[in-house]
Amino acid sequence: MADPMRIRVAARDGMVNVRVLMSHEMETGQRKDGAGNLVPAHYIRNVTATHQGKTVLSAQWGPAVAKNPFLEFSFKGGQKGDKVVVTWEDNKGEKRSDEATIN
Amino acid sequence: MNQSRRNALRAGGGASVLALLFAAGILRPGETLAADWNEAAFSVKTLPEVLRALGAQSPASSDAIQIKAPEIAENGAVVPIGVESRLPGTQSITLLIEKNPQPLTASFDIPAGTEPNVSTRVKMGQSSDVYALVKADGKFYMAKKEIKITLGGCGG
Repeated sequence: MADPMRIRVAARDGMVNVRVLMSHEMETGQRKDGAGNLVPAHYIRNVTATHQGKTVLSAQWGPAVAKNPFLEFSFKGGQKGDKVVVTWEDNKGEKRSDEATIN
Repeated sequence: MNQSRRNALRAGGGASVLALLFAAGILRPGETLAADWNEAAFSVKTLPEVLRALGAQSPASSDAIQIKAPEIAENGAVVPIGVESRLPGTQSITLLIEKNPQPLTASFDIPAGTEPNVSTRVKMGQSSDVYALVKADGKFYMAKKEIKITLGGCGG
């Protein structure tokens, strides 16, 4: 199981700002290891963020998103104390879901 | 949804089943489920092919799209890029790096209520033009910025 995401959600000026740091290799499948063998691709493909069950962002990623991906966006309508849930799924079908409370 | 179709979806699980669904008119390209991943667009190797795969052959260039990124990035392995669209009715923001092995890097769907302003970090193999493709009110628009890389982010 991958390490937890670090999620910070802050309400300001009627908007909720979401910043996520995921823990993932984001291996491109083009890099060779010390023995000259290709390292198989392993990267996050889908990211979804929800607030009170409503999707506030969904993304499709390729292997060119940097290792330990960072994501920042903002949405309207969140209240302090609400939860924001972020989920990712990679090309091997591994998933990880974490949540944070708006403050 | 009946059980046999469910099984067919599970068994196929790939592009061929999607192609069948497109052909049958059950799903149309660009209207797939949120959990889908656009394999065709992510695998092609040139910018025009990506645009074709996304159904955006000739996007109008727009100065209402701002790409926030450094002019020169020292480390191609971690290049911060943000895209902000001021086009009304922005539905999606897509990031393309022309000289990467596969130009399509990331695509963000922007539901109503979410700011058309996203930031992430990407890998760049070499200096390249970076394009932000924005779909707004059903039409495609694009903006470009050149980012110079002093140390490549691929192969290392």
